[in-house]
Amino acid sequence: MAGHQTYEEQKALVFRGLMILGVITIVEVIIALFAKGHIIHGVKFSEGFGHYLYMLLMIGFSLFKAYFIIFFFMHMAYEVRGLMLSVLLPTTLLIWAIIAFFQEGSSWGARREQIKEKDEEVVKPAPAGKPQGYLLPGIMKG
Amino acid sequence: MAETSVSHAHEAHGHGDDTQLWEGGKEPFKASYGKLMMWYFLVSDAFTFAGFLIAYGALRFSMPTWPEPDFVFASFPFVKAHWPLIFVTFMTFVLIFSSVTMVRAVQEGHRENQRGVVFWMFLTILGGATFLGSQAYEWTTLIVHENVTVSQNPFGRHIADGIYLNEDGTEAKKTDGAPDTFVKGESYLLHMHTVAQKDGTVKEELAQRKLKYTTGAYAGQTGVQELGPKAFGALFFFITGFHGFHVFSGVLFLTIIMINAGSGVYAARRNGYEMVEKIGLYWHFVDLVWVFVFLVFYLL
Repeated sequence: MAGHQTYEEQKALVFRGLMILGVITIVEVIIALFAKGHIIHGVKFSEGFGHYLYMLLMIGFSLFKAYFIIFFFMHMAYEVRGLMLSVLLPTTLLIWAIIAFFQEGSSWGARREQIKEKDEEVVKPAPAGKPQGYLLPGIMKG
Repeated sequence: MAETSVSHAHEAHGHGDDTQLWEGGKEPFKASYGKLMMWYFLVSDAFTFAGFLIAYGALRFSMPTWPEPDFVFASFPFVKAHWPLIFVTFMTFVLIFSSVTMVRAVQEGHRENQRGVVFWMFLTILGGATFLGSQAYEWTTLIVHENVTVSQNPFGRHIADGIYLNEDGTEAKKTDGAPDTFVKGESYLLHMHTVAQKDGTVKEELAQRKLKYTTGAYAGQTGVQELGPKAFGALFFFITGFHGFHVFSGVLFLTIIMINAGSGVYAARRNGYEMVEKIGLYWHFVDLVWVFVFLVFYLL
């Protein structure tokens, strides 16, 4: 509850929220169009350092928008600390999920040829009569 | 008088220790049961969405090429031009506006202003419906005009520099006579064309031009324009569909709660329209998820 704010302050917060979210979104789109070469022909940040910088900037803006929505529109800033921690701390698990799955994805991408080869590999059938699979040396027969 | 003495005894016994907490009436985290549970539902929902978006990232990293968002999402209603990302920016603004009107509805609820609550909730519902309509347009464009489905993606990108070939294998020329070349990373959209079958019927197929690579590990190899990664269509429709379904259910609940508010159900409860506050939390969360869907699908 934002009971400690006056009604005028609350309305001001709404207007400020609209401005902040709107301006960030417009800035994001302008930077995106610029980085993808739509504003100045031939100027493009689609690979290398420029691309990393671009992605970092976009992620930063999005995280700020998320912070603003959670803390001011959803009033998390006015809830008690325990509630805030019990909601926000579990989401840090996602940091590991992102690292692990993106690593998995890139490794998969780097080994596409090998995976294709293995998929198409024809396994030679074992000679008939011989025991198949792994048997302990002591009980190996024939 | 037995009751009083019992409660006195209880007070004396329970003062300052945890047994009193079990008597009820004391809210954990100073938030009502409903609000707290809404928060924890949203945490679990956040993990669901995060799982989907991380899957998108992992699959994207595993593919040699991936469609460029500014090439794929460039249509605008009633406009024939190529306007990259403009329509989806409009959709983002619709959600931001509906989030703002929702904040106003919650504030009016705290002041027990019934007319205010209904007015601002109505605007919020309009915003949600506009967003759903925009998404319907976006999906229709992709499915009907661009032939993207959950198992087919005609948006491809070249993996190396090269030149297009004519049907007979000679190098193609543009209308002005220059060689019809392409560069690595260039996007293309495959269009449907009709192919005559041997039995006299015709069949609709995606037209894939012949080409020859001129640089890199593929130099000298010939091939055709390949379809883009299938996973793109499946991920796009599944994730934006899941988000759209959240918006849709949000609009339904907002409508029910607006009608209840208008008929005085919450005014009678004298709790500052807490139900409006709870649906408000959900509605802001839908906007929050869109921030990340927008980032992952359209900006990166």
